[in-house]
Amino acid sequence: MTQTAVQVKEDKLQSLREYMQTVKDKPYPESYLIEILHKVQDVFGYLPREMMDEVAHTLEIPTAHIWGVATFYHHFNREPIGKHVVSICMGTACYVKGASAVLETLKKELGIEVGKTTPDGLFTLREARCLGACGIAPVIMVDEKIYGQLDTKKTIDIINQYRKAAAVEQTAAGAESRRGKP
Amino acid sequence: MANKRFTLTCCDGSSCLRNQARQVRQALEEELERQQLRQDVEIHLSGCVGMCSKGPILIVNPGYIMYGNLRPEDAVEIVQKHLVEGEPVSRLVISEDHLFNRFYRIFGDSEFFGRQMRIALRNCGIVDPEKLDDYLAMRGYEALARVLTEMTPQQVIEEVKKSGLRGRGGAGFPTGLKWEYTARQPESEKYVICNADEGDPGAFMDRSAIEGDPHTILEGMIIGGYAIGSHQGIIYIRAEYPLAVKRLQKAIEDARREGLLGERILGSDFSFDIRICLGAGAFVCGEETAMIHSIEGYRGMPRPRPPYPSVSGLFGKPTLINNVETWANIPVVIIEGAKWFSSIGTATSKGTKVFALAGKVHNTGLIEVPMGTTLREIIFGIGGGIPNGKKFKAVQTGGPSGGCLPEQYLDTQIDYESLTKAGSIMGSGGMIVIDEDSCMVKMAKFFIEFTQDESCGKCTPCREGTKRMLEILTRITKGDGRPGDIEKLERLGMMIQKASLCGLGQSAPNPILSTIRNFRDEYEEHIHQKKCRAHECTALLSFIIQDNCVGCGACKRVCPVNAISGNRKEKHVISQQLCIKCGQCYLACKFNAIAKE
Repeated sequence: MTQTAVQVKEDKLQSLREYMQTVKDKPYPESYLIEILHKVQDVFGYLPREMMDEVAHTLEIPTAHIWGVATFYHHFNREPIGKHVVSICMGTACYVKGASAVLETLKKELGIEVGKTTPDGLFTLREARCLGACGIAPVIMVDEKIYGQLDTKKTIDIINQYRKAAAVEQTAAGAESRRGKP
Repeated sequence: MANKRFTLTCCDGSSCLRNQARQVRQALEEELERQQLRQDVEIHLSGCVGMCSKGPILIVNPGYIMYGNLRPEDAVEIVQKHLVEGEPVSRLVISEDHLFNRFYRIFGDSEFFGRQMRIALRNCGIVDPEKLDDYLAMRGYEALARVLTEMTPQQVIEEVKKSGLRGRGGAGFPTGLKWEYTARQPESEKYVICNADEGDPGAFMDRSAIEGDPHTILEGMIIGGYAIGSHQGIIYIRAEYPLAVKRLQKAIEDARREGLLGERILGSDFSFDIRICLGAGAFVCGEETAMIHSIEGYRGMPRPRPPYPSVSGLFGKPTLINNVETWANIPVVIIEGAKWFSSIGTATSKGTKVFALAGKVHNTGLIEVPMGTTLREIIFGIGGGIPNGKKFKAVQTGGPSGGCLPEQYLDTQIDYESLTKAGSIMGSGGMIVIDEDSCMVKMAKFFIEFTQDESCGKCTPCREGTKRMLEILTRITKGDGRPGDIEKLERLGMMIQKASLCGLGQSAPNPILSTIRNFRDEYEEHIHQKKCRAHECTALLSFIIQDNCVGCGACKRVCPVNAISGNRKEKHVISQQLCIKCGQCYLACKFNAIAKE
C-alpha cells in the first residue's frame, strides 16, 4: 500500500472513532449501528473482529448482537476482499438478457468461483441482486461503476482495463519507493 | 400594485395574425401604458405556437398561462385582473401550466414520451438534481410554502384523501387514510419514513426518481411530517444506490441551508429534519416492520401486524411509511389540487404509475403512465414491441411478488384491482417483457430462488416452503420432474400464501402459481416429455454441431468430459451419450455452429 493510502485509511478510522463518540449520546444510539458497520467496511473493506469489539465497547452494545446484525445483511464482508469487487447483476432483466453467459466468462477469466478473491488480491467476484440498471442489461458493477450491455468480449476488456491500471499503479509505486531509498 | 416583471409572449404566426393578433397586442400595449406598467412588462413576439385553431394566443409568464381566442377588448381585463391583481382570467385561459407539461416542452411529443404522463417524474431529466435553484424554478417547495402558510394539518390530510392517491409501493393502501391514522395518535414523538429500499429484481423506479429529482421526495416528506405532527423523517435507502444517496445528502444539506429543513421551516413554527439510513442488502427490509427493525439497529425481520406502524412503529412510536413514488406525488397533489389529481386514472386508482420497463422490448427505461393505460399500449406503444421479430410470451409485473400475464391479458387496464384480478399485482412497478425464448418454468424458478434466498427465516412456511418449492422446480428443470409435481406446487403455494408472516412469504408463490395457471402446458412438457420449448433448460436439450462448423476445435478444448471429436478443419461431432449438457461448447463456439435442440 502506498504512503497516501495508509494516511487516508488512518484519517477515515479517526473520523469513524469520532463519529462513534458523537452517536453514543444521541437518542437511540443502536439505530446508528448499521451506519457504523458501513463505515467500518469502508475503512477496512470488511468487518475485522477487533474493530467489532471496539464498536461494541464504545456503543455499549453486546458483540454478539453486532455480529447478529452483521451476518443478517448480505452487504457486510467478514473476510478481506479484493481491490476491486466485481458484482454481476443476477436480476430478472439481466437474467433474461444473458447474465449467466457473462458470469461464466467472468469465472473463466478470473479463474475463481463466485464469492472468492483472485490469488493476486485484485478481484473479488460476487453475484448481486438487481443493480437497477435493467435498461442496459446485462450489467456488472466494478466497485461503484456500472458497465452495461455486456457480451463476452466487452466483459474481458473491462477486466483487462483494471488489470492494466493496477499494473501501472504498481510500477509507479515501485518507482516511488526506489526514489525514496538513499 | 404589480411591481413584478411579467413576460407576455404573443403568437405572431400568420394564423393568429389573421385573427387580429396585432390588434390584440396593440390593445395590450395601450392598456399597459395607461396603467403605467409598461416598464414592468416585457412583450415578445413568437413564431407559431401551434395552437392555430385557438388564435390569437398569448402566453403570460411566470406561470405559463396560455390565453386563446382573444379579442382586442379582452386586453383591459387581462391587464387589470392578471397583471395587476395577480389572478389569471380563467374564462380566457386555454391551457394552464400543469407541472408535468414542462416535460413535453423539452422532450416533445414522441411515441415514447407522448403516451406518458409524468407526475412523479415530472422533473427527472429537466432539473439538475444537485441544484436546489433548478428545483425552485420548477415550482419546487411551493407546495410546502402553501401548506405551511395556508393549510392546517387536517386540511392537508383531507386534500390527500380526496386526491385518491394510493401507496405506490405495491399494496395500494389509500395514502390519505394512512396519514389520518398516524395523525390521530396522541403521542408527540412520531416518525416519517421514506421507503427507498427498492429490492425487486428488475425495478429501478425509486433509484431514478431520487437520482433525478431528490428535492421532490424531501418536500413530500416535510409536508407529510407537518400533516401528522412529526419532526423527524428517515429515508431508508439501499446501500447499492451510491449516487442516489449522494444526491439525497446534497439535497438535504442544501435544503437545511435555505431554511427548508430544520428548525422553524420557512419562518413557521414547524420544525422537521431528515436523516438517511442505509440498508445493507436485505430484500425483506422493504417490508415495513422489517425496515423498522433495521433502522432500529436490529436484524431486519418482520413482526406480525397489528399493531400497524401508524400506531406503533419506529421505537414504538406512531410512524408514517410511504414509498418514494408516493412521496413524489404529494407536492403535485397540493399544487394542482386533489380535484385535478383525481381526474386522472380509473375509478379506483387515481393518478399515474411509474414502471421500469425492461426485458425483451425495443425501448427499455422508466415510464410513467396514467392509471388505466393498457399493458398493450405500454409494451407495443411506448416500449415499441419485441425486438428481433420474436413473439411476445408474457409480461411479468410486480417482481418476485407478482405474476406473469400472457397475451390474452394484454388489454388489461393498469390499476390495482384489474391487475390483481388478472392474477398478478401492481407491485412497486417492475415490468419485464418476456419473449418466446424464455422458459416460464425457469422464470418461476428464478423468482423462487430469489425469495428463498431472501427469506429471513423467521416463519416456517416461508423459510421451509420456498425451499421445497425450489427443490421441486429445480428437479423439473433438470428433467427429473414427476407426475403430481404441479399439484404439489399448487398446494404448497397456497399454504405459503396463507400462513406466512409477512408480505415476502405471502407473495412468494405468486410467480409459480401464475405461471402454472397460464403456462401449465409448459410445466407438463417439462415433466412428461422432458422438453423445454424455449431451449432454456439445458438439461432437457441436446447440443448439436451444425454444418457451418469450421473445425477450430474450441469446443473440443472446453468440453470437460471429452464428448466432442473431430479432426482439425473438419466438422466436429458431440457424442450425446457422453455429453453432460453443461453448455460450455455453446459458449465457446465463435461461429454459432452449435445448436440447441
